[in-house]
Amino acid sequence: MTTLASLAESVDELLGSALHSKRLDLNELTLEVDSAEIKSACIQLRDAPSCDFRQLTDLCGVDYSAYGLENHESPDKPHLGVVYHLLSLNHNLRIRVRAMLDREQPMIDSVIGIWPCADWFEREAFDLYGIVFRGHPDLRRILTDYGFIGHPFRKDFPLSGHVEMAYDEDKGRVAYRPVTVEDRILVPRTIREDTQTGRRQAETG
Amino acid sequence: MAEIRNYTMNFGPQHPAAHGVLRVILEMDGEVIGRCDPHIGLLHRATEKLAESKPFNQSIGYMDRLDYVSMMCNEHAYVLAIEKMLGITPPLRAQYIRVLFDEITRILNHCLWLGAHALDVGAMTVFLYCFREREDLMDCYEAVSGARMHATYYRPGGVYRDLPDQMPRYVPTQRHSKKETEQRNQDRSGSLLDFMEAFTERFPACVDEYETLLSDNRIWKQRTVDIGVIAPERAIALGFTGPMLRGSGIEWDLRKKQPYEVYDQMDFDIPVGTNGDCYDRYLCRVEEMRQSNRIIRQCIQWLRDNPGPVIIDDYKLIPPSRESMKGDMESLIHHFKLFTEGYFVPEGEAYAAIEHPKGEFGIYLISDGANKPYRCKIRAPGFAHLASLHEMCQGHMLADMVAIIGTQDIVFGEIDR
Repeated sequence: MTTLASLAESVDELLGSALHSKRLDLNELTLEVDSAEIKSACIQLRDAPSCDFRQLTDLCGVDYSAYGLENHESPDKPHLGVVYHLLSLNHNLRIRVRAMLDREQPMIDSVIGIWPCADWFEREAFDLYGIVFRGHPDLRRILTDYGFIGHPFRKDFPLSGHVEMAYDEDKGRVAYRPVTVEDRILVPRTIREDTQTGRRQAETG
Repeated sequence: MAEIRNYTMNFGPQHPAAHGVLRVILEMDGEVIGRCDPHIGLLHRATEKLAESKPFNQSIGYMDRLDYVSMMCNEHAYVLAIEKMLGITPPLRAQYIRVLFDEITRILNHCLWLGAHALDVGAMTVFLYCFREREDLMDCYEAVSGARMHATYYRPGGVYRDLPDQMPRYVPTQRHSKKETEQRNQDRSGSLLDFMEAFTERFPACVDEYETLLSDNRIWKQRTVDIGVIAPERAIALGFTGPMLRGSGIEWDLRKKQPYEVYDQMDFDIPVGTNGDCYDRYLCRVEEMRQSNRIIRQCIQWLRDNPGPVIIDDYKLIPPSRESMKGDMESLIHHFKLFTEGYFVPEGEAYAAIEHPKGEFGIYLISDGANKPYRCKIRAPGFAHLASLHEMCQGHMLADMVAIIGTQDIVFGEIDR
């Protein structure tokens, strides 16, 4: 029976150079994997008997460009990552795999051949973050409208969007026009240094 | 002239059998489905992005609106993720209340699913029967939170308030005489727990009624047996969870395997199917209603015997009482800070999953130490289920697709998010 601790030990050997770093925090194991070797790493994690992660529970994109910043307006270029959540039913374990992507060309191999359910998850990450999954057979937008422009979950995309829909008298149909609403953030985003260690203190007493 | 065989057909987005706003492009060979391509996103509200722009507590209400037929379960996953990062544990009584309401929610969800599924396949009566029981459970929601659906009842650190001692009662009106009202108020004379107990006593007979209408019904069986069969290995690979996975014969339930709250104290069984078809999934869910009923009874018993606090005593996370705010300067400051700024969650990331009525509902939170989540990803079970629609429908008749959409228990609030 594999435990999370024993898995954390053995994963170095299993993934070799593909593994950049690992972290065991809050009883969750996070593996940072080289984005160029994601496919081989995922196959290892699925097929090795000590891992046996046969289910991909979740796949999502994350934009790290504003991480640790109080103001979200500033980032110039998105800094994207892909996060995979894997589940092993036999060992009753979960792990998280993260691959950081190139800022210029956010591109990564698709894992659709390893877990078929990656299909829609990857389409979603493409739609919302503009991450291109190499080898995905049908990489279309999934959640946004037909013909939508931009990737709405990137931190440089405004909360209220760029366009809104309304009935146009002249055209005689519903049409897009620039947004008229303003972003209304009632509570500013703040970060306190002294609260960052709060949990650790609570744990130790 | 050459005979044209395949043609493309549009199904939805406004179709009563689509359970919301699902648009499917079907490639039909006569009445047989060759390919189907679901188009989703018509209900996309960018909940995850909205959550990033608000303090943690203000998004609890959004969680209700994800899967709008199992409201409190959504909240549960969200508050569990926050609690994990904050490193707090709610009081035992709050944990029992959460389990109690999770199971009420499960019955609510399965009642709606069963009614709608049967209605799609052609049985009207079940729908009416199911809504009768849903009404009572919604009254429980209302009694405890003031809202029939979007409760916003769970909080990081517990639940918003204790169960009420008195169940709201009907008053006589022009349409309901005094005698009639007395009858309607029969179960409502005591506390909320008394009302629930009365419900759990009559509910198994209600499930029997549903089963009499469906389980051995020839038409029901013709429409569901051997429809949408999924092999166990395939179900895992496709990311199925919950009853969709158990219907294929895999005994996997987070309440047993990775117990959260007080599920490890509860005595209940996990129903498992054998064939992985629509009928087995139906049987699983019906049995789950009975098991939920059992859990509710155990919770009621415990909650009767053990009064106590229902939320942690930490003014950094929960508002102080009104009374203390009147006299105590510190309480007033805490209240002000909490409602203008919120609380700060330590830097890190967490994934919390619960056994939602539809499957595994997970929240993946990333915090950079701010008063708002940096990223909040919602793992909706229906998303993975609907993604397999093509595989499940291929080679079936058009009418079977309606049964398959029904068996997947699709709700667009959570799929489109």
